[in-house]
Amino acid sequence: MPASGDDSRGERPRKVLIIGSGPIVIGQAAEFDYAGTQACKAMREEGIYSILVNSNPATIMTDEDIADVVYIEPLTVDVLERIIAAERPDSLLPTLGGQTGLNLAVELVEAGILERYNVRLLGTPIESIRLAEDRAEFRALLDEIGEPSPQSEIVEDWEQAVAARDRIGLPLVIRPAYTLGGTGGGIAFTEEEYERIVRGGLAASPITQVLVERCLLGWKELEYEVMRDGADTCVTICNMENLDPMGVHTGDSIVVAPSQTLSDRDYQMLRTSALKIIRALGIEGGCNVQFALAPRPDITAWPGEESAEALEYHVIEVNPRVSRSSALASKATGYPIARVAAKIAAGKRLDEITNSVTGRTTAAFEPALDYCVVKIPRWPFDKFAFGDRTLGTQMKATGEVMAIDRTFEAALGKAVRSLEMGGRSILWEDPEWADDFPEELPATDERLWGLLAALRRDIDPIDLAQRTGIDPWFLERLGRIVALERRLLSEDLTPDLLREAKRAGFGDAIIGTLADRLPDQVRALREEWDLRPVYKMVDTCAAEFEAVTPYFYSTYEVENDAVPEPGRDRMLVVGSGPIRIGQGIEFDYCSVQAARALQAAGVQSILANSNPETVSTDFDTSDRLYFEPLDEEAVRDLLDNEAGGAEAPPSIVQFGGQTAVNLAGGLQRAALPIAGSSAESIDLAEDRGRFEQLISALGVPQPPGSAVRTLDEALPTAEAIGYPVLVRPSYVLGGRAMEVVQDANELVRFFGAALAERSGPVLIDKYLEGLEIEVDAVCDGESVLIPGIMEHIERAGVHSGDSMAVYPPQSLTPEQREAIVDYTTRMALALDVRGLMNVQYVIAPDADPAGPGVFVIEVNPRSSRTVPFISKVTGIPLVPLAVHVMLGESIIEQGYEGGLYPDRNLVAVKAPVFSMSKLIGVDTFLGPEMKSTGEVMGVDETFDAAIRKAAIASSVAVERETPFLLSLANRTKAEALPLIHLLHEHGCKLYATEGTAALVEGLGLPVEFVTKRLSEGHPNVVDVINDGTVGAVINTLEGGRPSHMRDGFHIRRAATEMRIPCFTSLDTARAAIQPLTAPGSYNVRPLAAYRDGE
Amino acid sequence: MTTPPRARLVLADGRVFEGEGHGADVRATGEVVFNTSMTGYQEALTDPSYGGQILTMTYPIQGNYGVNDTDDESARLQVRGFVVRELTDLPSRWRSTQTLGQYLEAAGVPCIAGIDTRALTRHLRSHGVVMGTITRDESASEALARLRSEPAYGTEDYVAEVSTDSIYTFNHEAAVVVPENAPHIVVLDLGVKRNIMRHLRRRGCRVTAVPHDTGAEDILSLGPDGVLLSPGPGDPMLLDHVVQSARGLAGRTPLMGICLGHQVLGRLFGAETFKLKFGHRGANHPVRDEVTGRVYITSQNHGYAVDPDGLDSAVEVAQVHLNDGTVEGMQHRELPLFTIQYHSEASPGPHDTEFLFDRFLDSVRNKDASS
Repeated sequence: MPASGDDSRGERPRKVLIIGSGPIVIGQAAEFDYAGTQACKAMREEGIYSILVNSNPATIMTDEDIADVVYIEPLTVDVLERIIAAERPDSLLPTLGGQTGLNLAVELVEAGILERYNVRLLGTPIESIRLAEDRAEFRALLDEIGEPSPQSEIVEDWEQAVAARDRIGLPLVIRPAYTLGGTGGGIAFTEEEYERIVRGGLAASPITQVLVERCLLGWKELEYEVMRDGADTCVTICNMENLDPMGVHTGDSIVVAPSQTLSDRDYQMLRTSALKIIRALGIEGGCNVQFALAPRPDITAWPGEESAEALEYHVIEVNPRVSRSSALASKATGYPIARVAAKIAAGKRLDEITNSVTGRTTAAFEPALDYCVVKIPRWPFDKFAFGDRTLGTQMKATGEVMAIDRTFEAALGKAVRSLEMGGRSILWEDPEWADDFPEELPATDERLWGLLAALRRDIDPIDLAQRTGIDPWFLERLGRIVALERRLLSEDLTPDLLREAKRAGFGDAIIGTLADRLPDQVRALREEWDLRPVYKMVDTCAAEFEAVTPYFYSTYEVENDAVPEPGRDRMLVVGSGPIRIGQGIEFDYCSVQAARALQAAGVQSILANSNPETVSTDFDTSDRLYFEPLDEEAVRDLLDNEAGGAEAPPSIVQFGGQTAVNLAGGLQRAALPIAGSSAESIDLAEDRGRFEQLISALGVPQPPGSAVRTLDEALPTAEAIGYPVLVRPSYVLGGRAMEVVQDANELVRFFGAALAERSGPVLIDKYLEGLEIEVDAVCDGESVLIPGIMEHIERAGVHSGDSMAVYPPQSLTPEQREAIVDYTTRMALALDVRGLMNVQYVIAPDADPAGPGVFVIEVNPRSSRTVPFISKVTGIPLVPLAVHVMLGESIIEQGYEGGLYPDRNLVAVKAPVFSMSKLIGVDTFLGPEMKSTGEVMGVDETFDAAIRKAAIASSVAVERETPFLLSLANRTKAEALPLIHLLHEHGCKLYATEGTAALVEGLGLPVEFVTKRLSEGHPNVVDVINDGTVGAVINTLEGGRPSHMRDGFHIRRAATEMRIPCFTSLDTARAAIQPLTAPGSYNVRPLAAYRDGE
Repeated sequence: MTTPPRARLVLADGRVFEGEGHGADVRATGEVVFNTSMTGYQEALTDPSYGGQILTMTYPIQGNYGVNDTDDESARLQVRGFVVRELTDLPSRWRSTQTLGQYLEAAGVPCIAGIDTRALTRHLRSHGVVMGTITRDESASEALARLRSEPAYGTEDYVAEVSTDSIYTFNHEAAVVVPENAPHIVVLDLGVKRNIMRHLRRRGCRVTAVPHDTGAEDILSLGPDGVLLSPGPGDPMLLDHVVQSARGLAGRTPLMGICLGHQVLGRLFGAETFKLKFGHRGANHPVRDEVTGRVYITSQNHGYAVDPDGLDSAVEVAQVHLNDGTVEGMQHRELPLFTIQYHSEASPGPHDTEFLFDRFLDSVRNKDASS
């Protein structure tokens, strides 16, 4: 075992390897980019050389100025060993890359690799990690130090599980060991549920182990973030209380900080326990401890002693590393946990680390908050209407928002606004509730709205508390919101009432709805009555000391801490809000780069965002940080504050995804300046009619189509264009509700659904099933620079965010390349883009026999999902270039010229990563609606090596001799023939369903028939997946929207739950299988070495 | 919904905060101080060290868990007035017996709510603590005129006000059985918190509290195995009589001094005390042990500090405040005597330094062993 802990303290590391957390998946999101970036910066401050490896290109941590060497490679033991052999680090920092990084570190230790290369683990010793992660050992430790844990048993097979069930009794919680985000776990109330969850959990656990535990459903759930240094000094950074009681994963819970319903006695009891645990584990760095605390017995009954001294509690779980909760705690308190943890790992003591917020005190203290923080998760059910919305022990949220204010109500109100749920304001109610209000209010993503609706129906808060287990304190507070709603509905809007509503967090739009006014009229009243928010500082110390980092939140109080600094060049960067499918970490990446570029240019950068996970909301990313909802009201308010009665700073809205771009119109109407492409340019690109006129005038072809408003218009339009057609509501994000429609019947059905959801036009386009191409470009009004062209592996019809993309393009003709550059350039100039633009094309030579066959599908005058990828592989700093354009510096003045930048001598593949195993009931097929949550990059000298690495990193790699299950739609059978031959050549045993088996037999190849009719005998398709007979699936779909009822759905879900590759596009399957032809080696090198040929 | 009456907090330097009146409908005058602890209002309100002061809590929502029967630190509310951003009338905790507002009203303590307490805190941080008054029925200028005629905090001896009038045996927590031959600790009550005596009792001690003006010989006549000089309010420079008692005790019985008790012992060993600009009040104060290098998070509530310059060489500064370097603990090089400026009894605050009571009792037992 490598030396760690006491033996090595004092021996300063010189060269440290930091492992990132890989792609964004549910349970492991942007918080680890934040943690890793802080860690790299901390190493640099300490003068330690850092080597970073991550497979995710959309991260700030993989920017080449963050670490000393950056590898963008798959996170596997093999790759890590090769990096260690090449770089020879003396130490490894394992606790900042989430569960992925931690698991890899453990594997490296177990494989003897760290010992072989004399690499020691920094910070928390490996024994502590094992102790915290292994449930049996951890429970033994708790027993030893006298800390209570719920009765539980470790189970490694079904027989043991039965025995455990009989001893403890249902309901039971099942928690698999070593999985992230609670993957594979759940609560079982019935024997059937118990068997299903235990078996799934055993499969999900890399060590085939689950914990079966007494169910503390309805108990209060609390978390403590604690830190410890090598001198055994321990501090608590933050405690947090979950509004949702035990039973809902903390990542899916609404969380407040600090705790609201704990007396000092309760608070300190749990704090003492948390510190006892971090000491017993010997952690050096950060750690998160979760507790269950006995609820009010009049709300949730529980057996046990009622002691006057202390409430019963249980230790539920420990994370011996920085986590999502520690990111939240850092943003909630201003205390940079990851940075401090990294410094502790490097040998510093807490009292030797400066508190960078005050600049004069040290990290050895406990933050005092003088505000209330509310976090609300952001769930993907707006995209997955068929998904199971129930919340349990398996996390389902893709992201989260945080809001800060001086009251709980106000923080909650702002957090709801921050969710950006379109029509779902705090007043939203399910139309079904109007007639039939549900008796039960189970934990779902809609429960908060259900609680408010119940209170509006005069259901007693205590009654609600008993139904849900939520502490009455929270429900009484929601009751105050409802009471104020009633006053706004019934009373005259006086200055006092408006002030009260603003102090309770009511947005102008909500007040307007209730008091029958337009939001702008409410704003005008506020101006007339001098009701403006002030901005208070998050300073870690409740104003006890002067603070130097300007991190602000709005509130309706008297004194303003955020005194503007006019007279300087300043710009606001509007961030991208919560991470959701379709708007991920890529946009935070762009916002961070923009803030940095402004600073580098000597311009004060002001950043606004609502997402606590991100690098952009790190206190030292920008010069001034506003933690605010990203709606028109909040952004205008903070701009008014910055203006200080004079000119407001210009706003950059092109980096924060659709969230920021959507603000352009409102800002322009308020006469607030926009930097870069104007609101007019944005509208021109987004308004279908105007854009079409522009494009035809330019002579740039696009698939025939038009916008329609009624079904009567749609049918003849589709007929004229010719089926299949692509239909979608206008103004959508991430392809929501986009479909390929094959005939008039499907069109009628789509229209029904689209009209039910929203008004507004529907776009109908000819669906061209060709090669899809994507470019990003930067334009200064005169020149248009295209850093590179990306070619999608999957043909049009699969959402670009779910497609694999390769740079440079592999199959374009010179004429097509030329046309792409020409069209992009002309459109950018015609739209008068200042900054970034993203264009998607489809190559369909048949549809354009006279020309190059290049058609424009979509233009977005903003940064895109591919900006980090293309910036990294080409080395063209797209975001800084765009920022400098906004500052008035031309592309030529910046040392570049217009046109396509020469292709680099490398091949890079971007591959999507999905979180489907966590979303029960969601169909996994690839289509025009985006489903992926993250991305990885494979980069190498050749296409085969690059795609092989992308497949490994995105967990869709297959090997020679991997047995395949094939179930192909008729329309894809002919096309699949070469692929079937190829699989056979690679020694892959073939299993196939009815029709497909006949096809394979017809080719004269051996095949095993498996029925897809689940009711007709065994083994069926699901059996061969579940029992491990097959290791990969190819399942293509007939056209149209697949039904839940069809067999294919079960095949895809089974494959997802068994975590084996399931290809629903032949293009993806081909890409994964092709490299096996020459299964040679791939390289492992720093990114710069591939790109610059170093 | 009844609208609460208007109230104002007027500071002696002329700053005025307008808010809502809660608690008792009386005027209150005192030194305005802030505490940054996020929990523990009931313990703070009943802490005798707040005698003569108007307390503001920096955490904006107060009263969340109501008031219960177990968390009082003395027999009555000790603050003159209470200042908060929000006083909740909807508490939730199963042992809560009344709301914080009812508790304040019954105790005759006025509260002003709805004010920008962060602005108040920033004001006190930059200008130092200041006298102030809570009023409902006066204009700001009337209140200011009255305030200026009232005595300043530093001139009053609040110890006499908060200390016990007579000797008593502390016997809370009836469940704890203390044997007859248990160590006997006498607490010199300068404004003691119950939790100090609970800690001693829980560790198997007989605990007797005596009034602040009890002389050394009277204390020794009780046959103590150790004496604890308690925390309390006000300026230690006013407490010559307590220093006098301490002089008669040092060397004759083990001594522990907490907070004001620490300051008194500092004076005994030649040091002077001085007033801090805005004091240390909160549950997050880092204190470094100069011997081990370890940092403890402590609960603090004091406005004065010991100036180490005049300190007798027989006494060493054993602990310092990490933020401002002030003296947080002293240790006598020969005698069984140590002091802490902070509150190891917590309540409210972290329990990290409870072991100091064990340390004190160790010195008590060692005395027995050597005698």
